[in-house]
Amino acid sequence: MISIEGVSMAFGRFQAVDDVSLSVAAGQSLALWGPNGAGKSTIIRCVLGLYRYSGSIRIGGLDVQRHGKEARRLIGYVPQEIGFYDDLRVHEAVGFFGGLKCVAVRDPDSVLDGVGLCGHAGKRIRELSGGMKQRLALAVALLGDPPVLVLDEVTASLDAMGRDELVGLLAQLSRDGRAMLFASHRQDEVHTLADRVAILERGRLQREGSPAELLDASMTASHLKFHAAEVRHA
Amino acid sequence: MHNVVKSELKSGALVERAETLAVVAVSHHGRLRVPSFASNVFRIAARELRDSARSRWFLLYTAAFVALGLGVSYVSAASSGGSGLSGFGRTTAGLINLVILVVPLMALSAGAGSIASDRERGMLAYMLAQPITRLELLLGKFTGLAAVLLTSICLGFGVCAAILAWKGSRADPVALASLVGLTFLLAMSMLGTGLLISVATRKSSVAMGVAIFSWLTLVFVSDLGLMAGAVALRMRIENLFALSLVNPMQVFKMWALVSSDTSLDVLGPAGLYATDTWGAGVTWIFACVMVLWIILPLTAAAAIFSRRSPI
Repeated sequence: MISIEGVSMAFGRFQAVDDVSLSVAAGQSLALWGPNGAGKSTIIRCVLGLYRYSGSIRIGGLDVQRHGKEARRLIGYVPQEIGFYDDLRVHEAVGFFGGLKCVAVRDPDSVLDGVGLCGHAGKRIRELSGGMKQRLALAVALLGDPPVLVLDEVTASLDAMGRDELVGLLAQLSRDGRAMLFASHRQDEVHTLADRVAILERGRLQREGSPAELLDASMTASHLKFHAAEVRHA
Repeated sequence: MHNVVKSELKSGALVERAETLAVVAVSHHGRLRVPSFASNVFRIAARELRDSARSRWFLLYTAAFVALGLGVSYVSAASSGGSGLSGFGRTTAGLINLVILVVPLMALSAGAGSIASDRERGMLAYMLAQPITRLELLLGKFTGLAAVLLTSICLGFGVCAAILAWKGSRADPVALASLVGLTFLLAMSMLGTGLLISVATRKSSVAMGVAIFSWLTLVFVSDLGLMAGAVALRMRIENLFALSLVNPMQVFKMWALVSSDTSLDVLGPAGLYATDTWGAGVTWIFACVMVLWIILPLTAAAAIFSRRSPI
């Protein structure tokens, strides 16, 4: 469903993504894992057609650079932090983005109910908490039942409770046959949501494997450094 | 047949055909319809219109335009014995000068603030991650903001005309409609320029600064520069007229005078030259220049917007 072949992307002289090839089949979930600056978000933005890149990215067979609008119709996207129009009401936001996806939303409450936002339809977006905004972004992403979900560090700005709730929701969604591509630097999320993990470092794909393999690799490569102040006794 | 496929594979035509088929297949999939160009432009325009109607800038500019327009109209009508908006009275002259000051500032700041502030809030990247093209988004913004400006202009002139009529002054509807139409054209040209500034800058504060500087340049510097240049360089009269066509505000001023049945002679030698050389055809020159001032900045904005990262 998602095919990334030989993709490279640079910001001036800085090579953000360097010859990365990945694929995600329908029903599969692939995590992009790595430290900050590894190129996770850049790959996701390339998949969405927000950046120009060399190489090829196809969503459901559609080239993102040539048929971006059609390809994005197949994608539900949740960013790290949502920047909705603040004075919009929740049901207005659902209706507006539904319109952009050719989906007539007759009952916004049922859409919102699916992500645990029932009863908040009349609220303005600025009145929602960070976790609620992410849930709203997920509701918008799911409008029209897209076969691909793309998530960019969706829990990064949430507290522990909000994170657990959202990951629980996403875990349910990952079992219903969609292709899911998500960026994260949290091991617990990767273990809960991913079938496969692509480890990135400085824009390069280091290795690809199952979450268990990732855990093994990270366990063997971990170093715990402990610094303590020296106590001098006279 | 095999050779045809091989040559198509080499040229990439087969890939193109396969992609087109995939698009058609997806488009015909009942639940995955792709929104049309027109529907996306309309939705963005409607969103922009609603947002702007709620925003303070729209209310503030409209209130200022109405208040100043009323002041100009009332004082002019009173001093000219109630000629109101008909003919080239003091009212029309006052309103033309008011439009040149207020409307371009309104349109430039509305355009400059739109894309740049969306980019700053992270909204632009989110919008472009939806099934919408950059051109659709830009045209939707332009259409929505143009509708907002038209509403503001109609409110401004409408309230002025209503109060003048109530006070017993005559307000020629044709002259009024003509002035509204020309003001709207000026607003659209400045809106396109504002959008060009907005797509070319990263921060909304920078975009607003550039917009205000552009407004100052067009309103004061070009006017004074034209006068100074004419004197200092002993500019030929046809060059002076040609240079005045570069500034849409000058074009608006001249066109508004012509449309109110006033000879361009009132503008001095350049006006006299235009009347003598072009006669009634001068209106077409003004129309062409104004249309170019709408199309060119908008085209440049679309070209820059298609290449720039939304983040």
